[in-house]
Amino acid sequence: MSVKMWGLKKSPWVYHVALSPCNNCDIEILDLLTPRFDVERFGIKLVGSPRHADALLVTGSVNRHVLPRFVELYKQTAKPCVVFAIGSCGLSSTMFRDNYNIVGPIDKVVRQIDPNAIIAYVPGCPPKPEAMISGVVKALSVL
Amino acid sequence: MVRMMSAFGVPYFLAVFAVTAVVGLVTSWVDRKVTARVQARVGPPWFQPFADFVKLLGKETLVPEGSRQKGFLVAPLLALVGVSLGAAALVSGGVLGKEGFIGDIVVVLYLLTIPSAALILGAASTGNPMASVGASREMKLILAYELPFLIVVLTAVYKAQAGFMIDKIVDYQAQNGAFIWSISGVIGFIVAILCIQGKLGLVPFDAPEAEQELMGGVLTEYSGVPLALFKLSKAMMLSVLTVFLAVIFFGGMQFKGIDILWSILKYLVPVVLVVLIRNTNPRLRIDQIMKLFWGPLTVLALIALLLARFNL
Repeated sequence: MSVKMWGLKKSPWVYHVALSPCNNCDIEILDLLTPRFDVERFGIKLVGSPRHADALLVTGSVNRHVLPRFVELYKQTAKPCVVFAIGSCGLSSTMFRDNYNIVGPIDKVVRQIDPNAIIAYVPGCPPKPEAMISGVVKALSVL
Repeated sequence: MVRMMSAFGVPYFLAVFAVTAVVGLVTSWVDRKVTARVQARVGPPWFQPFADFVKLLGKETLVPEGSRQKGFLVAPLLALVGVSLGAAALVSGGVLGKEGFIGDIVVVLYLLTIPSAALILGAASTGNPMASVGASREMKLILAYELPFLIVVLTAVYKAQAGFMIDKIVDYQAQNGAFIWSISGVIGFIVAILCIQGKLGLVPFDAPEAEQELMGGVLTEYSGVPLALFKLSKAMMLSVLTVFLAVIFFGGMQFKGIDILWSILKYLVPVVLVVLIRNTNPRLRIDQIMKLFWGPLTVLALIALLLARFNL
């Protein structure tokens, strides 16, 4: 394991991207960052700018309104970065899949921007903070 | 400065830079760990700042469109150079006990302002509205804290009655007791620790970086290596300013025999104080910061200077 990879695994800074979610996943993400779960133990820190981020926590299924913003935001993120699709909407668009304004699930959109993107999936509606920690651990172990 | 460079040589500067960097990163871990304990958390492992630094070095460096590229990339280097030279000038008199030159404490003060100036330069050249608001606030913050801080330093210089020389101030305290054991010393220490809080841009004076309103403010557009350098210079500032405080109030740092433990204590007490102030106070608005520094704190610093006149 190279030193660079070690650094990335030990200090993933996350940026929270809400792409028209219903807010339940976002509330669970905020719970994840509270002292109760204390993700700073693993070096995970919430940052305010995508330039600083190593992981994008994306919630909701992408609609036409937020698509250009998300494309811009993904390009602004310094690579290498991991995209976490959090919640059932991000994974499959669930009941919104036939909606007129939905572009598609997160992985499809991200692959259109960057075919080699690293995407991790955390299912649940909403997923528990424990599930997100488990998702982060699994994603970092395959890096 | 030039005379000091020729007297000590390049290896001395490199050694001071390396030691300050390592000590600074470890100190920033102390900061995060104490913060975590205050919030009833476990906190990050001891190598966390090193992991952050290594990771940022390995990341892509993005230069935003419409930015002034040279200024953008030179600013972090300038910050790092400023704080390393400041550390070199401070350590020779304050820790190693070498003879300095007249006015070296003024040189240190100027060099320790360079990182803030570099932050303004870098933020202003990004062309990001958040960063420019942050830069303007940083400018006001410098104007605010420099006045009481300079008066406090003047108090220490006056008490030592030895011109503006770091090693003379340390010598005087070694013979007559540290300045912290006098009334003017206590008042000066209170003012100085708040000024240091402002110099480091920590809560309650973190208006330039305000994460919640400015998304990281001055550092918004920085990524990869430049961000790593800014983070490193900030960590080094924490350690250098703490040593500076130890020099003007606690009689410097000695590394012989039992003095080693005393020196570590002199270093850790201000750090923990700074962290506790940071964790128990809300952020002030920039106008409140100006009022606080130019009002009550300047008055307190002047009272300390006056008391020093009467040997209190």
